[in-house]
Amino acid sequence: MMLLQPSMDPNRKRAKSVDRVDSVDSGSESFESTRKCGFPDEVLERVLSLIDSHKDRSSVSLVCKDWYNAERWSRRDVFIGNCYSVSPEIVAARFPRVRSVTLKGKPRFSDFNLVPEDWGADVHPWLSVFSTAYPFLEELRLKRMAVTDESLEFLATNFHGFKALSLLSCDGFSTDGLKAIATHCKNLTELDIQENGIDDLGGHWLSCFPESLTSLEVLNFASLNSEVSFDALEKLVSRCKSLRVLKVNRNVSLDQLQKLLLHCPLLMELGTGTFMQELISGPVTEFKTMFSNCKNLVTLSGLWDATPLYLPVIYPACASLTFLNLSYATLRSDELANLLAHCKSLRRLWLLDTVGDKGLEAVGSCCPLLEELRVFPADPFDQEIFLGVTESGFVSVSHGCPKLRYVLYFCRQMTNAAVATIARNCPDFTHFRLCIMNPGQPDYLTKEPMDDAFGSVVKTCTKLQRLAISGLLTDRTFEYIGKYAKNLETLSVAFAGSSDLGMESVLKGCMKLRKLEIRDCPFGNAALLSGLTKYESMRSLWMSACNVTMNGCRALAKEKPRLNVEVMRDEEGSDDSQAHKVYVYRSVAGPRRDAPPFVLTL
Amino acid sequence: MDLINFEATELRLGLPGSSTDEPEIKSTTSPVNTNKRSSPEMDSNVSDENGSSRSPPPTKAQVVGWPPVRSYRKNILQGRKSDQPEMGSGMYVKVSMDGAPYLRKVDLKVYKSYGELLKGLQEMFKCIIGLYSEREGYKSEHAPTYEDKDGDWMLLGDVPWEMFITSCKRLRIMKSCEVIES
Repeated sequence: MMLLQPSMDPNRKRAKSVDRVDSVDSGSESFESTRKCGFPDEVLERVLSLIDSHKDRSSVSLVCKDWYNAERWSRRDVFIGNCYSVSPEIVAARFPRVRSVTLKGKPRFSDFNLVPEDWGADVHPWLSVFSTAYPFLEELRLKRMAVTDESLEFLATNFHGFKALSLLSCDGFSTDGLKAIATHCKNLTELDIQENGIDDLGGHWLSCFPESLTSLEVLNFASLNSEVSFDALEKLVSRCKSLRVLKVNRNVSLDQLQKLLLHCPLLMELGTGTFMQELISGPVTEFKTMFSNCKNLVTLSGLWDATPLYLPVIYPACASLTFLNLSYATLRSDELANLLAHCKSLRRLWLLDTVGDKGLEAVGSCCPLLEELRVFPADPFDQEIFLGVTESGFVSVSHGCPKLRYVLYFCRQMTNAAVATIARNCPDFTHFRLCIMNPGQPDYLTKEPMDDAFGSVVKTCTKLQRLAISGLLTDRTFEYIGKYAKNLETLSVAFAGSSDLGMESVLKGCMKLRKLEIRDCPFGNAALLSGLTKYESMRSLWMSACNVTMNGCRALAKEKPRLNVEVMRDEEGSDDSQAHKVYVYRSVAGPRRDAPPFVLTL
Repeated sequence: MDLINFEATELRLGLPGSSTDEPEIKSTTSPVNTNKRSSPEMDSNVSDENGSSRSPPPTKAQVVGWPPVRSYRKNILQGRKSDQPEMGSGMYVKVSMDGAPYLRKVDLKVYKSYGELLKGLQEMFKCIIGLYSEREGYKSEHAPTYEDKDGDWMLLGDVPWEMFITSCKRLRIMKSCEVIES
């Protein structure tokens, strides 16, 4: 976050507060009546500008008018967790000197195809407003927003100091949009393209970076499929001396990667391309020194198609790695074990479940500092398969990694006893996301529901902020959550619960709940309405394929005009038909004006 | 596009062309797109109510958006799977039809010729599909195409049937007017 010197800032208005008309204030304040605290404005702003945390800044702005004003003038970085909770005009009016914007759009379940396309979250209205309000905007980070090539071109041509673009899980654009960014953003430091619904028309976009562009620090195109010109890439990498993050796509071969690494010894994060050579041009020893110059490498990812033959190439870099993402490499347990023996400093590890329980035993024995583990399924949609990981792998990890705080675990079987052991071994969990892949599956040994599993997690792990539950679950699970999970902020529920009581328990007990997403549960209008007084303190509620009806939603909308109650319905049914998908969120911007025909705002 | 009465594309637990004895799953339709397709969801909870053992569950229709794996990762995994040889019996490939909200699967081993395959597809999608001929052009509104092992999209009918079934990865029934002639 840039700290502006008052004398250097071209936007500075050093006049009295007469200039600082805050449109959100009701009534006008005279200069005299706002001077309650003794600090001159500059000092207050200077002090407040050192505060980064959004939560803290929110608190600061509530202290008094002076502090509210000082905070808003010193705010450089705006985070908007739900793009419809506020309008770009309101943001621009309150925060006049923003340099960095983070915007999140669609509900999270859109990642899993539960939200139809054309739902909204179009970034363009934001860019339009920002082009006049924040012409000096430098950073834009978008998640689950609809982005078009036109918007990217608009961004590239209207914001002359623009530096950093990050797109995660967005859709609607193509590589042509990236061409515009590469061509026009003369000061680009960051281009981070991750897991988007992008129309990949070819790799020519990379060749659009002009020879004069030397400022890149972050380049991530790992998720793009088309081949880029290696010549252009090599030249780009060699002239960007400050490059610290480089994540290439699968088309970049091992020997090409080797050439790239020669140009960026300062690299901290590397995403490799394909990690094998079909035509073995030389012995593997050719690549052995590839990583020996990378003294600063802390993150390694990619490793597509990595085989036991080539994996040892990365061993020299492993000792200093803190984050290893192997979730695209189909490693077996022995391959993983050999690799992890070199990775003593690992804090974060992402894996595919091909490593099996044996592989996870190796994790437990080699990585005592591990804080985060994510195990993804290699074959999530094949129900006949019984491979992958089980409860025993998870237990092994918990024995060896007591500092674990973040886990995402996909498996096909689990027991209450195992989860209780895991929670006991790792009481510091802040994020516990367990996905038993067969919906509604009980404890496979006792045939009981998995209620006690999650009960033990919430009872033992008092710092829990995020929880995702699965398996056969009755209302008891939710009673436990409501009773014990006092720090819970995000809860994801699918195919669980027996009655309205379940959802009611959570809404009543979880004081800090901000995001609740529910699908395919037997919760109805009574449950929905039990949260009447709660939803305004939350970011959002999602309910799909539950028992909520249109009348229930109408009742909620009527009682709470400051909530947007949106229903997605496919059939023109009777008045009280099932509300198929319900999305409720607080907003100071009123109902959406860009809602497509299938979204009804009640 | 109003697809509410498009019974032919209702999700069923059976092979294409089989009778309607199996329980029907209520389907709802939603707008289609290429990047993130939203398909009908199941409204029934597919839990193992009897808490039964580890024996393989009966083949279930897939639940939309479950397990919760992001589209990007899903596409990578599916691409990887098709690199591996077909295991077991049956040679199931996905069939998509332009304009239909969701895909079906057919077992190529069930058919002995292109004619039989087209007949099966026509039953499934309730449309007329014709093979292209150099002389007569497209005989119908729809043209059957397939993706081969190299990732290329080919018009059905050029190669002998046996060669076709070993190289076909997936099928797509396109609108004839959109087929680009090379």
